[in-house]
Amino acid sequence: MSQPRPPPTSSGNPSAPPQKEPSSSHATGLRYPSNGKTIYHRHLSRSRTAELSQASFAYLFSEMVTYAQRRVTGIQDLEKRLNTQGHPLGLKLLDLLLIREPPRSQSRPLNIITLLHFIKINLWQHLFGRQADRLEKSSDPDAPDEYMIIDNEPLVNAYISVPKEMSQLNCAAFVAGIIEGVCDGAVFPARVTAHSVGSKEEGEMWPGKTVFLVKFQPEVLEREALIGGKG
Amino acid sequence: MSYYFAILSPLDTPLFEHEFGTSKSGGDGHPRFTDQARHLNQFILHSSLDIVEELQWTQPGLYLKVIDKFFQNYISAFVTASNVKFLLLHQPTTSVPAANGEANTAQAAASSRVNSTSVGANPTSPQTEEAIKNFMGEVYENYVKAVMSPFYKAPNMEIRSPVFRQRVAAAGRKYL
Repeated sequence: MSQPRPPPTSSGNPSAPPQKEPSSSHATGLRYPSNGKTIYHRHLSRSRTAELSQASFAYLFSEMVTYAQRRVTGIQDLEKRLNTQGHPLGLKLLDLLLIREPPRSQSRPLNIITLLHFIKINLWQHLFGRQADRLEKSSDPDAPDEYMIIDNEPLVNAYISVPKEMSQLNCAAFVAGIIEGVCDGAVFPARVTAHSVGSKEEGEMWPGKTVFLVKFQPEVLEREALIGGKG
Repeated sequence: MSYYFAILSPLDTPLFEHEFGTSKSGGDGHPRFTDQARHLNQFILHSSLDIVEELQWTQPGLYLKVIDKFFQNYISAFVTASNVKFLLLHQPTTSVPAANGEANTAQAAASSRVNSTSVGANPTSPQTEEAIKNFMGEVYENYVKAVMSPFYKAPNMEIRSPVFRQRVAAAGRKYL
């Protein structure tokens, strides 16, 4: 993110009008950055150690939650807004993470399991620097379309304490939105919601434990049955 | 050899299209489509979408090779992770010089003999497949960069960047 700024053009003649760039009169109206580098000149791959400050992320995220909280009607609405903020990220990350794979193993996820593994391993590794803790299929026979991605302590909730009267809220709805974006992008339309389960019996060890419930649309299961575990 | 390349969104909206000709074996990089063929190309390309949507679930690779053929028009497809389709229509010109009188046939035969080993003369040869694969790979990289722009609303927004177009044209010159 630390692109060196080119030195400001020397203003030898202060009385001259500032807009003298010939490029600004280009027919398309497109203005190139003064160093001539566009987004196409930057590399897609990033070194393994590239990390961002968690403090600044926490600050930014708290502002995002505050922003989403304006004029909401309830907790559901707030979670929906956080979800919407994350959704486009998922759509874009899907392609980015795939192209960062070595060329031999670049493949589109064709079934639910490969997709969820991609989320658990690649997406989590990219966003949080570690894999998600567990991946489970719903044991309820009435809900074969439900899968769970479990994170014992979500990074986004690290500095968030939810007030008592909003105990239903889990701000990891933002991450659920990212997951939903990945699923939708890969043509596995799904609804993803975040639920806190920290207060249950095994929750003593991980009070912030969050389950991301992925509920796929019926057509996904239908296709899954048709192509039958290939890929 | 003339090429028509298009990027289609998951909702089948065209996001980008570009026409170019071969730059290999002395080609000047200009397409040789007639005005009539230009309209037809779009039809041919879009009509192959059904085949893409069937094939994309049978193999996990991104590049699907030549998937459709309509007379002398061959369609190669590439599907990205986010289900955006890159389609390339390629039309070998070697079969075109008919009806030019007999004086030209010897010359045409000679040129087709030269071209028979080059990329494009045989649309299904491994060399051509490899060249198109490389082309698609390079376009994919630039497409992802376009998507990375915070002002780009994936995946259903037209790509208007002239830099992107230059990059696609450069990839075409390099490989095809």
